[in-house]
Amino acid sequence: MKITPKIVENHGIKKNEYKKIISLLGREPNLLELGIFSAMWNEHCSYKSSKKYLKTLPTKNSKVIQGPGENAGVIDIGDNDAIVFKIESHNHPSFIEPYQGAATGVGGILRDVFTMGARPIATLNSIHFGNQSHPKTRNLLTGVVSGIGDYGNCIGVPTVGGEVKFDSSYNENILVNAMAVGLVKKDKIFYSKAKGINKPVVYVGSKTGKDGIHGASMASAEFDNNTEEKKPTVQVGDPFTEKLLLEACMELMKDESIISIQDMGAAGLTSSSVEMASKGNLGIEIDLNKVPCREKNMTPYEIMLSESQERMLLILNPDKKENAEKIFKKWNLDFSIIGKTTNSKKLILKLSDNIVADLPLSSLSSDVPIYDRKWKKNILPKNSEELKKNTKINILDSLKQILSTPNNSEKSWVWEQYDSTVMADTIIKPGGDAAVVRIHGKNKGIAMTIDSSANYCLAHPLSGGKQIVCEVWRNLISVGSLPIAITNCLNFGNPEKDIVMGQFVECVDGISQACTYLDFPVVSGNVSFYNETQHKPISPTPTIGGVGLIKDLNKVVNKNFKEIGSLIIVIGKTLGHLDQSEFYREIFKIKNGPPPEINLFNEKNNGITVQKLISKELLNSIHDISGGGILVTLSEMCMTSNIGAKIKIPRNNINSHKYLFGEDQSRYIIEVKKDNKKEVCDILQKNAIYYEELGITQKENMELDKIFNISVKELNEININFFNKYFDEGK
Amino acid sequence: MKSSVIVFPGSNCDRDVAVALQKFKIKNQMVWHNDSSLPKSDLVVLPGGFSYGDYLRTGCIASKSKIIKEVIKHAENGGLILGICNGFQILIESGLLPGVLLRNKKLKFLSKNIFLKVIDVKNKFCVNYKNKNIIELPIAHNEGNYFASNELIKDLEDQNLIAFKYCDYKGNTTENSNPNGSINNIAGILNKNKNILGMMPHPERLIDPMLSGTDGSLMFEGFLK
Repeated sequence: MKITPKIVENHGIKKNEYKKIISLLGREPNLLELGIFSAMWNEHCSYKSSKKYLKTLPTKNSKVIQGPGENAGVIDIGDNDAIVFKIESHNHPSFIEPYQGAATGVGGILRDVFTMGARPIATLNSIHFGNQSHPKTRNLLTGVVSGIGDYGNCIGVPTVGGEVKFDSSYNENILVNAMAVGLVKKDKIFYSKAKGINKPVVYVGSKTGKDGIHGASMASAEFDNNTEEKKPTVQVGDPFTEKLLLEACMELMKDESIISIQDMGAAGLTSSSVEMASKGNLGIEIDLNKVPCREKNMTPYEIMLSESQERMLLILNPDKKENAEKIFKKWNLDFSIIGKTTNSKKLILKLSDNIVADLPLSSLSSDVPIYDRKWKKNILPKNSEELKKNTKINILDSLKQILSTPNNSEKSWVWEQYDSTVMADTIIKPGGDAAVVRIHGKNKGIAMTIDSSANYCLAHPLSGGKQIVCEVWRNLISVGSLPIAITNCLNFGNPEKDIVMGQFVECVDGISQACTYLDFPVVSGNVSFYNETQHKPISPTPTIGGVGLIKDLNKVVNKNFKEIGSLIIVIGKTLGHLDQSEFYREIFKIKNGPPPEINLFNEKNNGITVQKLISKELLNSIHDISGGGILVTLSEMCMTSNIGAKIKIPRNNINSHKYLFGEDQSRYIIEVKKDNKKEVCDILQKNAIYYEELGITQKENMELDKIFNISVKELNEININFFNKYFDEGK
Repeated sequence: MKSSVIVFPGSNCDRDVAVALQKFKIKNQMVWHNDSSLPKSDLVVLPGGFSYGDYLRTGCIASKSKIIKEVIKHAENGGLILGICNGFQILIESGLLPGVLLRNKKLKFLSKNIFLKVIDVKNKFCVNYKNKNIIELPIAHNEGNYFASNELIKDLEDQNLIAFKYCDYKGNTTENSNPNGSINNIAGILNKNKNILGMMPHPERLIDPMLSGTDGSLMFEGFLK
């Protein structure tokens, strides 16, 4: 078959890229080889637009065992325990087919974690949908949530946290980001780098079918009017098979059978074989007749580019072949030796005795083009002066309105579809600042959270990038953990546009600055570009997943008020920043102005001091102040505990709306027993922390001095109303 | 006291229940579904999960697996059997307990803590609930909506074969406190000899104050009495 310019274009390969392929090979590729280039050179697999900037992120410190570049990142949590974690996007497939797209997103990220020898102990997710009134939103939300739930529930890994957000920028391009966290012994970590020649290359798991062909290439292009036609590029998941694969791998990993292991994710057999061999600086030879296939007569092209799920590629110790095969047979999974490692530094594919592809591995790895794309700098927008015209607006009505919006609503409609307690180690369930899961059989645990703040990032990417890292750090602090490291999922539009590229470059810069200052390295992640439909990009949405260590589970704290008559204190300075706040967005419908500024010194100092208070067991409860400011944060503490609060705006020169709804950063609300007041205040003063007394907890009602008094029950009703009503209306 | 936990492909609460049994000093063994003999046991547990991926019908394929013959023999000899969640579904499919489990009324998977009223305490599983008959346990299922004919329900009620009913925190078995639409708020039932209990809630998940409660512990402690 003659490779025409049209065929090249259909593979998403640009003219100049095709020229480079010809010069690397010294000839034209055949169709199979072109398909392999398309799979390895696309944005999703090659990071060709992002690599230059990802290199600037801090990725190391004394706790990092494995940074980016492996299936997942690994951190040391002491006692020979290590935590493996990563986040990944499944945006494009989830928009085309929400249930399967989201389900396989969870399946893929779980495989990334257990490939490294870790048993998954928790998953989290960040999902973004279009406006609630957009005709597709209801179905997409229902499909994504049940897809995530059905996969995680079946495999038996608790879904412990996440976020659900709505914004019109996702109307035609939703985001589904899934994070998985696993536990492994530090001396039992498995890697993907191949070692030794003439070692058997083994295929295990499900059979290869015709689903998901060119999925990674699809995820590297914008959507047009014909997204429906792309359904065949979406993979179909089977959590039952994944559960069997997990157990079989765990069983095989007990001894020294595996030399290296890689899951078949994006670009399937192609990327797994290429990555393993090129990391080991070896060659690899595969006989495609030996690949277990779901149907007869699949072409080499289909076999190499299928993204069928629940498959793994192993390089085995030759002496252990029989034992390994026995284990996979026991779990009713395919096991087939499909090839061997070589010293050729080539990928050679055979069909019977014919060589059907012969490619130098460097052309698929180190020689992949890297771009230094044009980007446009973002200027910090000017402050808006909206409030001056509207100082009379009712505070309680504003609070009620904010609490009733989709973004600020209580989300148990979502959480209750996820099994959050299987494995019987979940200490803090979904809905807290961060989730907490116990390390099985021990008195220590890990805290996990996943956050994004696209509004801030759109307004000013540099500030937004910094802010979201700090928000993650703060959430981890707020349950009593020591933040250790993050994973990031960078969701952006088309990087070939200078505006989008500028958002990316500056968000990454912000993330990098905050991570460096807080000693909070990035250990894994993924980039998802081309999140746009009909040339409209999504808001820049870096999603950050963070992990922290809790050394003593008896000291875990949460946001529920504990008793009546204790003190409520605000930690951190309130300046009343309303631009980009929920208050402006929901009450005034204005979206301009700069996001709140981050002062990294204050962030760290406040966080570390709060840690001290928690470790001395001086706090009853704590909640970080984020969207909606002090008043929304306080309402949440009341609502989860059914305890009220009586507060008074401290004497200062700030307008009360600004004080109550401002979204200044690095702040927390803490609840302190009266007896502990002196000790707490001493510590705060000694560490030069700005704090203010806000009021006391009381029975049943939330009350702002001389301004309003409302029962917590009523607040709760307002807060849970949206989801129930939304789905009743949909019937 | 000796127990066996049966592991099917797709079981996912097998470890959790084994941990609970061992915590209360019950000597436990894991038994693979394809084994043809059961080790000597006083109690056999069919754990929660998605045996055989819920293919065909929940619990259906598992009820035909090799070990089930031995489990039935164990029951006939008066041995104790506890089926939790998917285990309850397997007990129903294998004919050891009557009725059916339909999809939840709202057709959604439901994972949350609920309250239960202990209806019958004159059985080996619930002896310890004599002094605490309103308890809190987690549920996590998609097919837990118990259904049976009027005659059968009447039998279950009359012969005290209903072990647990969903209720509110005060113990009222109301429609609002019924999470999945089960007839008469039924959450768990016993066979006529009261040596088999099938229940949707998960006692093994609440055996530790750190996990917000210990109402599950009472069942495991009760086995030793």
